[in-house]
Amino acid sequence: MADPLLSVRDLHVRFDGDDGTVRAVDGVDFDVRTGETVCLVGESGSGKTVACESITRLISTESAEITGEVRFDGTDLTALSESALESYRGGRIGHVFQNPQDALDPVYTVGAQVVEAIRIHRDVSKSAARAEAIELLDRVGIGDVTERFDDYPHQFSGGMKQRAVVAMALACDPDILIADEPTTALDVTIQRQVLELLADLQEEREMALLFVTHDLGVVAEVADRVVVMYAGNVMETADVYELFDAPAHPYTRALLDCLPGRGEGFETIGGAIPDPTDPPAGCRFRPRCPHAIPECEGGDQPGFRPVGPADGEADGDGANETGPVEHRVSCVLYDDTHGVPSDLEGGR
Amino acid sequence: MSDDPLLIVRDLEKHYPVRSGLLRRVTGHVEAVDGVSFDVHEGETVGLVGESGSGKSTTATTMLGLEESTSGEIRFDGEPITAFDGDERERFRRRAQIVFQDPNSAFDPRLTVGESVAEPLAIHGLRDPDRRREVAVDALERVGLSAADADRYPREFSGGQKQRVALARALVLDPDLLVVDEPVSALDVSVQAEILSLLAELQTDLGLAMVLISHDLGVVRQVCDRVCVMYLGEIVERGPTDRLFDDPQHPYTEALLSSIPEPDPRGRDDADGTAPVELTGDVPDPSNPPSGCSFHPRCHRVVPPESFAFADGRFRRVLDLRLAVENGDLSPDEFDDSSAVRTEYGLVDELSDADAERVLTEAAEAVSAGELDAAADRLGAFDTVCERTDPALEPTAAGHHAACHRRGESVEGSSEAE
Repeated sequence: MADPLLSVRDLHVRFDGDDGTVRAVDGVDFDVRTGETVCLVGESGSGKTVACESITRLISTESAEITGEVRFDGTDLTALSESALESYRGGRIGHVFQNPQDALDPVYTVGAQVVEAIRIHRDVSKSAARAEAIELLDRVGIGDVTERFDDYPHQFSGGMKQRAVVAMALACDPDILIADEPTTALDVTIQRQVLELLADLQEEREMALLFVTHDLGVVAEVADRVVVMYAGNVMETADVYELFDAPAHPYTRALLDCLPGRGEGFETIGGAIPDPTDPPAGCRFRPRCPHAIPECEGGDQPGFRPVGPADGEADGDGANETGPVEHRVSCVLYDDTHGVPSDLEGGR
Repeated sequence: MSDDPLLIVRDLEKHYPVRSGLLRRVTGHVEAVDGVSFDVHEGETVGLVGESGSGKSTTATTMLGLEESTSGEIRFDGEPITAFDGDERERFRRRAQIVFQDPNSAFDPRLTVGESVAEPLAIHGLRDPDRRREVAVDALERVGLSAADADRYPREFSGGQKQRVALARALVLDPDLLVVDEPVSALDVSVQAEILSLLAELQTDLGLAMVLISHDLGVVRQVCDRVCVMYLGEIVERGPTDRLFDDPQHPYTEALLSSIPEPDPRGRDDADGTAPVELTGDVPDPSNPPSGCSFHPRCHRVVPPESFAFADGRFRRVLDLRLAVENGDLSPDEFDDSSAVRTEYGLVDELSDADAERVLTEAAEAVSAGELDAAADRLGAFDTVCERTDPALEPTAAGHHAACHRRGESVEGSSEAE
């Protein structure tokens, strides 16, 4: 099997805070393959945003200590100088952020900002860049582009601003788009439009998508594979169907039960996320876990254990037989020596 | 529980002036709330739901007297709130409380949480500081926090905890009506569930009348007894939560329901055969709302003209073309010939009605020839009742109220024929 397009290994990000060192990302591994959508899902404070901003060092290394390996198409990005990395950032790796308001400069027209995004990485004439920008804005669904090209951001609605930001991210035809909660600030009807736009663009351009969200409903709509994060660690990775059919980690299960229309009434997790300056030893979820056993304490977050595929359902593509183990969980209950509690076994 | 509603809102309107030019002359009005009526009884939760710009928050601030209404009537406990004198107004301000969306900007960072929660008591004349603290601590415990939390500062709390504190502050005055404006939209899904369950619990225990404002139908479904769906300052559908979710009568409600991401990846394959309703475009500019039913430019069930026969769904595309021509949203140089126009609007196949087909053919040719006025003239034949008259909010066959010209027609019966 070919190497993944993006491969993150043992990523740690630490910040020095007033109350001690914040371990925002604490040993994270995940891969994104060409053309696939991987969702990084977790609550606030899970480290999902910091993890994806560390990929192109959008987080200043003056304030944070980043260690680990980030391999993109064979190159270790962590070893690159700031100037070498700049050609990737916004070039082969595009970014879309949560709040389009903050991603657009209020004093320049939307068109000028897309032109700038094109010309910053490529040596094209102003008029060629303008033609390309018009094409991009048209593609992302800005109606009547020639009229709207010279509008300022405040003349755009929230949904249109996010479309414009997507156009900017596409300016250099990226191999991967990193989208951090791109629809969280939008209304549900507009969210649906933007999700469909991203899915269409991805298919057209065979672009990989690393999609960060706290909303498992959105995950169900867009993901091929899912990486569940909690307190700076990966708890579980799985194919999206596997994850919803047979969530293995007690945390994933609890998170799914919080979804309206899935759990019974008001399911809550109880307790709070751990203090990032002083996380619990062993599994980070142990203090809130209904299934915790003595083995969960001590040491570091447990290593990954493979989880068998859900009973009988081969699911058509049969990728699991030849590829690497797709469904892995960081939970000691999945050791051979322990029986998985019956209420965690199988799916629904 | 008495039969009379605690809060009655009738034909509420709130218009904001639009000023422009050097002298800031009033050149128009934004009708943020445009004739809204509903009741809230003791012990029930009413949801106001809609997209940004639908007027749901303005409805809330206006009905609480935080902003003056342009017209309409608001009665609280039988009395019109505009007639309140000083004492009565103060009493109303104590009995009706509001909690805003963003708990991060709701507190003075220099005050402890206990001081913030006790502040309304001081404003309303409780002079004894020990007693104030006692009441504040009670309220904090009521929302799942502890007495020790009273001495901490807002920054030491998470978003969900801050929203609990905001609720405690609203509850110290023992209100009868609680308005919560997007109480969970700034929170994680897991924390949302905690706050919603707290709201439901408080409401049951205290017998509050509650108005919950949200853009998220999932949230509304979990806690509301009745729902009002708002669009561009008007209520387009109103009814008991279960009935409204099971059998939506307004196409806008249907579209909103269909936009909720389904927490099941198999849902995206449309295994049940129902394609999701996708709304085109944004909410229109409220200073210049569309004529007739303000939803008609986006409606997937817009009523075809009586004089032509359309296969279902086709008229939407024809109308899209007509509106684009009329609004000058397309430039003729985009199209090489008339078939390019038809392709752009998904009208490649001939229309079944020969008369309609003739009009469309001529119009498409006019567009590709650059004669937009002629095209607009031809397409003018395709008018719809939806843009001529604004439907009233009236009872439907399903038993609850909706403002749609399709009233009575089952939504199921008119699914797309393609």
